[in-house]
Amino acid sequence: MITGEIPAIVLLGAQRYDPTLGDAIKELGVTGKIATITAGWQEREDDDEDLKEHLQGRAINLALHARGEDVFRKDKELLSAHRERQTLLRHRQDFYRVRLEHALDAQHVIDQRAAPDDILEDEARTSIDAIRNIDALHLDRCTRDRREFDARYRPLERPAIAEHRAQLAAILDDCEAIAISGGHVASLLNRLRLFGIADFAHGKTIFAWCAGAMAISERVVLFHDSPPQGPGAAEVLDAGLGFVGDVVVLPQPEFRLRLGDRARLKVMVRRFAPATCIAMPARSRVTWLRTGPTAPYGAFAIRDDGTHSFEPPPRSRSGPSSTSVDISPSSTAIPVSSGSRPRLV
Amino acid sequence: MNRILAIQDLIRSNPDGGKVDAFFNAPGRTFPIVEGPHATFVWRGDADGVSLRHWIFGLESESSLARIPNTDLWYLTLDIPHGSRVEYKFELHRHGGSQWIEDPRNPNRARDPFGANSVLQGEGYEVPDWVAPDPDARPGLLEPFSFHSKAFDAKRHGAIYLPARFRKTRLYPLLVVHDGSDYVNFANMRTVLDNLIHRLEIPDIIVAFTDSPDRLREYANDERHAKFLTEELLADLTGRLPIIDRPQARCLMGASFGAVAAFSTAVRYPDVWGRLLLQSGSFAFTDIGTRNRRGPLFDRVVEFVNQVRQEPKAVSERIFMSCGVYESLIYENRSLVPLLDATGMQVKFVEARDGHNWENWRDRLREGLSWLFPGPLMFVYE
Repeated sequence: MITGEIPAIVLLGAQRYDPTLGDAIKELGVTGKIATITAGWQEREDDDEDLKEHLQGRAINLALHARGEDVFRKDKELLSAHRERQTLLRHRQDFYRVRLEHALDAQHVIDQRAAPDDILEDEARTSIDAIRNIDALHLDRCTRDRREFDARYRPLERPAIAEHRAQLAAILDDCEAIAISGGHVASLLNRLRLFGIADFAHGKTIFAWCAGAMAISERVVLFHDSPPQGPGAAEVLDAGLGFVGDVVVLPQPEFRLRLGDRARLKVMVRRFAPATCIAMPARSRVTWLRTGPTAPYGAFAIRDDGTHSFEPPPRSRSGPSSTSVDISPSSTAIPVSSGSRPRLV
Repeated sequence: MNRILAIQDLIRSNPDGGKVDAFFNAPGRTFPIVEGPHATFVWRGDADGVSLRHWIFGLESESSLARIPNTDLWYLTLDIPHGSRVEYKFELHRHGGSQWIEDPRNPNRARDPFGANSVLQGEGYEVPDWVAPDPDARPGLLEPFSFHSKAFDAKRHGAIYLPARFRKTRLYPLLVVHDGSDYVNFANMRTVLDNLIHRLEIPDIIVAFTDSPDRLREYANDERHAKFLTEELLADLTGRLPIIDRPQARCLMGASFGAVAAFSTAVRYPDVWGRLLLQSGSFAFTDIGTRNRRGPLFDRVVEFVNQVRQEPKAVSERIFMSCGVYESLIYENRSLVPLLDATGMQVKFVEARDGHNWENWRDRLREGLSWLFPGPLMFVYE
């Protein structure tokens, strides 16, 4: 985990149609080269002309997806181990989901029951505790599996990866910032870890959006309230890189969350407390300095009772001020204990 | 206050030919006339009688249209629940004979292997947008295949669907479809696959569309068919295509007798087929005796379903079942769900206000496929 060597981290809303990355870069006075990571786009990783244009020729794509493919071509043992691990992860996620769905069903049934308020309140807490235990157990197992894998195969020391890491180190040495795009979050996280990108982040300002923002938080939570097969539960995928602590990043809330469903949002928030669930619609932005979050624009926290202050942001090119939404606990009654406000770690 | 229906309005006006012309030509008028929960079927012309032929279980299958005095206009108003989709024809009785025709004033048609039917789209029903070609969705490839089956000692034909971004170095789940040509031709399944993959609602997937030359026999719990699918076709496809070698990545699907074929194959080969998609399954059974009211064609099916009901076992992991509430089979399907559910298999059952037809099966594909094979939608944030 990176500790204090990152000058600033900026989380942004979706950049596809109305990018605000340039504004954020300007605001922080970043003038040097910017390493871009678009590995979440998988095979389309190099389809990054728009991003390059937006960064006015300062972007250097680290091509982590392609590098990963190269590593697997050269290191068959690692490829086989990687596939085996993917199978294990799929099983873990599947069994976790079975347990989770039953716990959520129980929570829902209990929530519908009539009983004295104090009993209901106590039972509601117990329901959430049960769900939190399932989440925590899953996260622990993912972490344990990853450590076992790393200890057994020592990926960063393998020649195929070490070669790429040397190249990456040289490229990043010349860059002032790293910009991490969205895409497939599991795939992105996999490539970030495969090449140990956290080791190279020291001293760099980080910009990340959508899946990128999720991947650098401390816990990746998958969510979609309206998939075609019916609303499923938000799921913990794995630990993220942990550049930003105590937040659960929720990109595209305007499409992916039922923002009017307080009961559903309430369960989500309580599951992940004391971390703050920060929803990041298009054009939103939150900047973390070492002192904590500053200049939030358009992002909003889901409160403990499932309410929030979302209003579609105005379409101005820059700057917050009158429509800024404060994500600090005091303004939104976020269920955080003192000292656990979103932090840069 | 009760709403005056358009047809009642016409009747009250003591219509003549001119008023009937005006009735038909009223701006925006479509047929049948759907007014809230009421649907009025109309036919105009000379006949001794006109009947509505439909396949809604629970309503009289033959309902007569009434003639408005002094006109050649025939009509029938039915209450149709919200969201219903009803296939029908008119039967014209003339000179002692009769003829079935599609509704000449209704452009909505559903095709099936026997021809076409007119379609009443009740209030609240909409054709899903994911069944029509999407110019942004890259089309997959459909390649014919033929295969000598030892089990049948005969050739079997079909087609393999490869997703647009197919690469030999990737591994894919496999879906095997019964009555494959009909799913492609009458349920737009190729387009549906392209669209759902494009929307990230299902993963890239390889699909084998299979057909049978004698489906009523081979699909009705036939050991040879199960062997053909599992020991021959699956082995062949796995040998030459990059298919994930896990039960969770293998699915059998079918409708009507095709659903029986899919389920009975999974029962004969437990834990091979980890996903089942069963639409309007012909799961006839008896509570006493061995002969079902549906006749001897169902004898082998009854034997199979009775056996399953007697001793239900988990043979797969996830089963998606759907059935129209206007099908007589709704009873059999509903009663099977709790038995399967109790085995520990995950069962999802969906009912629709529709009948035993291809567009009902088409309309359920999105929910069924995405539940059995969730796409990367939950993973992609951009």
